[in-house]
Amino acid sequence: MFDLLPLDILTTLTFLPLIGAVVVLVLPRERANAARWVALGFSLVVMLLAIGVFIEVQSNPPGIDEWAFEESFIWFPLLNASWHVGVDGLSAAMILLTGILMPLAILISFEVEERVQTFMALFLFLETGMLGVFIALDMLIFFVFWEIGLVPMYFLIFLWGGENRRYAANKFFLYTMAGSLGLLLATQFVGLAVGSFDIPTMIAQWPLFEGDGGKILGLDVNVFKYYTLLGFTVAFLIKIPAWPFHTWLPDAHTEAPTGGSMVLAGVLLKLGAYGFLRLAIPLFPREWVIPRQIFSLEYNLVDVLGLLAVLGIILGALAAWGQNDFKRLVAYSSVNHMGFVVLGLAVAALMYGTLWARVNNDYRLLAGVAGIDVPSGQSAQQVVSQLYPDERITEDRDNAVLAMNGSVLQMFTHGLTSAGMFLLVGALYHKAHTRDLRRFGGLWDIIPVFGGILVFTSMANLGLPGFGGFVSEFLVVSGSFKAYPIYVLLSMLGLLVTGIYILKGIQKILHGPYNEEWAEYDRTEHRLEINLREVIAIAPLMVLILVTGLYPSWVLDVINAGVVRFLGS
Amino acid sequence: MNINWFDADYLPWLIMLFPLLSFVIIVLFTARSRIVSQFVALAGIGIAWVLSMVEFVKVVWASDAELGHEVFGSSIDWMTLGTRTFEMGVLVDPLTAYMLLMVPLACLLIFAYSVGYMRSDPHYSRFFAYISLFAGAMLTLVLADNLLLLFVGWEVMGLCSYLLIGFWFHKKSAYQAGVKAFMTTRVGDMLMMVGIGYLFIVARTLDFREILYNEEMLAHLASTPAVIFGGSAAALIGVLLVAGTIGKSSQFPLHVWLPDAMEGPTPVSAMIHAATMVSAGVYMVVRMFPLLSAGADFHAGDFSAPMIVMGVIGSITALGAAILAVGQNDIKRILAYSTISQLGYMVAALGIGAWVAAAFHLVNHAFFKALLFMASGVVIHAMEHGQHEAAEHGDEHLHHEPEQPDGLVMDYVPPANDIRRMGGLLDRIPVTAITMAIGGLSLAGFPLITAGFWSKDEIIADAWHGAGEGYLLALLVVLCLLAAAVLTAFYTARMWFMTFWGAPRTPAAQHAGIGSFRNAWVRSRWARARRLEGVAVSHQDRSSALWMEVPLIVLAFLAIFAGFIGVHTDFPLLGALDNPLHEFLGGTLLEHPTAVDFNWLPVLASSLLALAGLGVGYWLYGLRPLGAEDADPAEQALGAGIWRVLENRFYIDILYRRYLVRPAEWFAVNIVIQAIDKETIDGVLETIGEAFVWLGEFFKRFNTIVIDGVGDGIPGAIGSFAGWFRQVQTGRIQQYLLYVTLALLALGALMFIQIR
Repeated sequence: MFDLLPLDILTTLTFLPLIGAVVVLVLPRERANAARWVALGFSLVVMLLAIGVFIEVQSNPPGIDEWAFEESFIWFPLLNASWHVGVDGLSAAMILLTGILMPLAILISFEVEERVQTFMALFLFLETGMLGVFIALDMLIFFVFWEIGLVPMYFLIFLWGGENRRYAANKFFLYTMAGSLGLLLATQFVGLAVGSFDIPTMIAQWPLFEGDGGKILGLDVNVFKYYTLLGFTVAFLIKIPAWPFHTWLPDAHTEAPTGGSMVLAGVLLKLGAYGFLRLAIPLFPREWVIPRQIFSLEYNLVDVLGLLAVLGIILGALAAWGQNDFKRLVAYSSVNHMGFVVLGLAVAALMYGTLWARVNNDYRLLAGVAGIDVPSGQSAQQVVSQLYPDERITEDRDNAVLAMNGSVLQMFTHGLTSAGMFLLVGALYHKAHTRDLRRFGGLWDIIPVFGGILVFTSMANLGLPGFGGFVSEFLVVSGSFKAYPIYVLLSMLGLLVTGIYILKGIQKILHGPYNEEWAEYDRTEHRLEINLREVIAIAPLMVLILVTGLYPSWVLDVINAGVVRFLGS
Repeated sequence: MNINWFDADYLPWLIMLFPLLSFVIIVLFTARSRIVSQFVALAGIGIAWVLSMVEFVKVVWASDAELGHEVFGSSIDWMTLGTRTFEMGVLVDPLTAYMLLMVPLACLLIFAYSVGYMRSDPHYSRFFAYISLFAGAMLTLVLADNLLLLFVGWEVMGLCSYLLIGFWFHKKSAYQAGVKAFMTTRVGDMLMMVGIGYLFIVARTLDFREILYNEEMLAHLASTPAVIFGGSAAALIGVLLVAGTIGKSSQFPLHVWLPDAMEGPTPVSAMIHAATMVSAGVYMVVRMFPLLSAGADFHAGDFSAPMIVMGVIGSITALGAAILAVGQNDIKRILAYSTISQLGYMVAALGIGAWVAAAFHLVNHAFFKALLFMASGVVIHAMEHGQHEAAEHGDEHLHHEPEQPDGLVMDYVPPANDIRRMGGLLDRIPVTAITMAIGGLSLAGFPLITAGFWSKDEIIADAWHGAGEGYLLALLVVLCLLAAAVLTAFYTARMWFMTFWGAPRTPAAQHAGIGSFRNAWVRSRWARARRLEGVAVSHQDRSSALWMEVPLIVLAFLAIFAGFIGVHTDFPLLGALDNPLHEFLGGTLLEHPTAVDFNWLPVLASSLLALAGLGVGYWLYGLRPLGAEDADPAEQALGAGIWRVLENRFYIDILYRRYLVRPAEWFAVNIVIQAIDKETIDGVLETIGEAFVWLGEFFKRFNTIVIDGVGDGIPGAIGSFAGWFRQVQTGRIQQYLLYVTLALLALGALMFIQIR
């Protein structure tokens, strides 16, 4: 049964960091440096594997109902759970992002001086959790790894955080635990109803699940589905974080060590959006788009999701503008940028539901989605196929493909830029011991290299054309405009404010009258200028951001394969 | 693949590559060396210029029978979305070729000028890196074959303008002006981005060839209803694109950034006002004109929504900015308002369909405005020099950069820029004075011999023709533009006479000068002829003056002769040149534009108005030059109240600050952060948290009272378990982790047993 290499590449990829964590822990206590380099070494090997996975998916994108590197064997027969893993274009991009960011975050964490071994072990443990989520094709595995991603982060904030770390760590923990609770319950219900925790099986069966004559556990099946949807969605919205579930993020970021912030913003937030793509949208195609009523106001859940996205974009940007703590400013910028991810997801969910209705010939639902009133006495099929013919569905599908490509690309580019921004915040804080923007000013003369990199990364964060963030935001805007013109126009207001807070960050640190305090500081203590290790850590990010902006194809091809697969048929 | 990079199809890539390459080289490698950086920048733009000329010649020669019916270009697959591939590439058609005639040349001259102007700046290399990027972005924009690449150049220029306007970043007014420029243009940019996005999903492409050169596509766009606001998709897209131009080309109501943009070094102002930034906005609408006018037969007076917007906004801007320019005393700010006004001409011209005229004026304006700005830079240099000299001679106390009060004070004028403090500079910087006079005449539209006259006249002639047909929009345009023409001539005359004419009004002006060998020679002959004595030759670096003056002379040449290529064929004598521009540019449009019939009336009207404006200026400021104590006659004529309104720019800037920016900031801090996030969301959370704590307390009490009473056996058992568990709970994270890891490994082992 055991070959020489008993495990497939995905399993190896996922558990290698865990083995690394064990190795780091058993190293002798006094060898702090050894722990650092071993951790870096393991993460680099994982990175190579991740690149390997990415390249494989790039050259052979899996078709519909196929998975690259698929592996499946029974794990807990009692629970109908199996070790089922595999990747498609969407997860391959996320795995690549994780693989690239981890070594850089570990390199930055070399500055951690206390309990180095534990720190590094937690970091590697965290990587296992994140990669596990991206490869999981079984609901239970997904959940286990989802939770694993939570615990190390809690300790990273709690043990290596700043002054207010207890509050921040607890808030982080409670928020995400609350989400996980709903996720766990929803998972159990769906799994038990379908009789399997296998994600593809659930996706195939759950949307059509009728229960016992429309009842399940004595509840109406539609009501039941609605609540399970909420269970999934709230967990993912908290993780993203979408407005109004975002208030844990600024606190967690402000207190987390630099490396932790990089991973938190870079990868952990993407878990939520990934959850939408893998579970929340495909499991509930009907529930997302079915018209509902509140106080005679007609709406559907996708509209609500889009609204939350727009609120996140606008209010996130405004909140970032009002900050004087540089790290809080950058943290709120994540709320702002992830709003575009959510907007793209809303359009994708809308289209997924439409296609599902069309494929299953549910014309009444289709009429509801398209906002067509079917006069009584006429068949829905006739009216709908006249007013919303297949060509128009195809047209709208093309738009949704744009929006969803943009959404996933935004996950990728935001991962790179926000990690870069947090790295810079950390690089400055580590030397100046303050993040208060009001205390800096006019520093460009004494920190020219830092200044240049800051302007570069800030502009990438702003979504300046030529950087990856622009391509993704443009695609989301373009693809969403037909479905949600008002949302898009409102989100432009948010993008406007994005400009203000980005410039505020640059200006408060680099421009303005020279703050003599720092000149003195620069002479007497250490230099404020960014050091070589930090430059090495941010250089790959800068290169990737620029390359993605100038030639997005290299990653977009893979993402697009995943999107086409998602919105196929 | 074997590519001949010097083929007209591939050459454009190289044109935009070199300045960008200069930027990269300076930033990464040569920033420490001033000389090398300067050389790299000049080489980059120089090569770009030479290649542009080669490309231009190739385009002109490609089709000698019919000019400009061939479009060159090449593209690469850039990204795939769904099953559709987006191509990114370059395109050179007659319009682009015409821009290639202007942009690289103007940039090159500005670069050369900067060598002299920026010589003593500590961030010399950085400056050249920025302007190289600026030039590269503009060339990218001009050469792009699709709107997305155009937008890339567009936004990168926005960044460059931000960095360059705030170049002296220690100065509060400078970085604030930078932020103002970036944010004001961003308002337009964001709307434009939506427009591009919408165009992309309706047309399924952004390629110019497939949209602008494709009648079916234009008809499709014009017949598709818009998703919002009613009207056709083409109209909505058009209005959104025009919004981009309103921001970028500084049209009302987003014009507020440009007058502040002079906070940057003067070569930057020349860059922004002439070769790049604001020209880009007009270039974009010129380029997209077939789309903007889609579905409307404007020859018959049926104007599309974007055209009406352009016509109205352009007219308001042309007239309003000209009025404001009259009330300014800062030499650069006068020029800034004149730029806004002239851009209004171009936008209004497009509004009534005077397409060729708009492009013509765009290029001519770039030449004479670059000249005017760079000349004003020399004036300012000379004045600063004069201030130092005067301070050394003890004639005047040198105030070191008087600190500006908080925020941007509207009527603050730096002393070296203040035309009230000048006078008599003609004798001190004669080359500058004469070239600036040429530029000023071109701006004022001095009849027959200046470039500005021909292009401005063509716009007015087109509008006149439309007004004659009874189109309201054309009537509005012609009235506003004619009124603006008088004012333009007047404020130009006022500026020139107050700067150069008469006797120096301050010691600084008395000692002003930039000094150079040749300058000294000219000055000595000049001085003898004019019987001037005691004019000291300054000791500033002589080559620096040369670097600054040669570009002025070249541009003065262009400010006159660039206009003759566009003279109407029916014009006596000069018409014999056969209006090559119209023929050439016309090839860019699907339907060759017909020139309106020649009419003497608009020519006479605009000539007379220009002469009248100049005449009044001469009468007020030239006949009897202003003395040191005299009040400004224009100020007296208008009265203090109106003058105050002009100095405060119609209070528009203050209005924005007080009623838009400040409330938004207040909203962000007090509502979003405090009321929503802290009090509402976190408040709810904390309430829930407290509820749980209370519940815990309750159960604890319950525990002690009820359960503890039930039996001691269970607590005993728990106690012994707890004793064991306490040993596990050492409180050391490593151990916890080890347990977690062990547990996972155990799970893994279990897994394998299951498989077996």
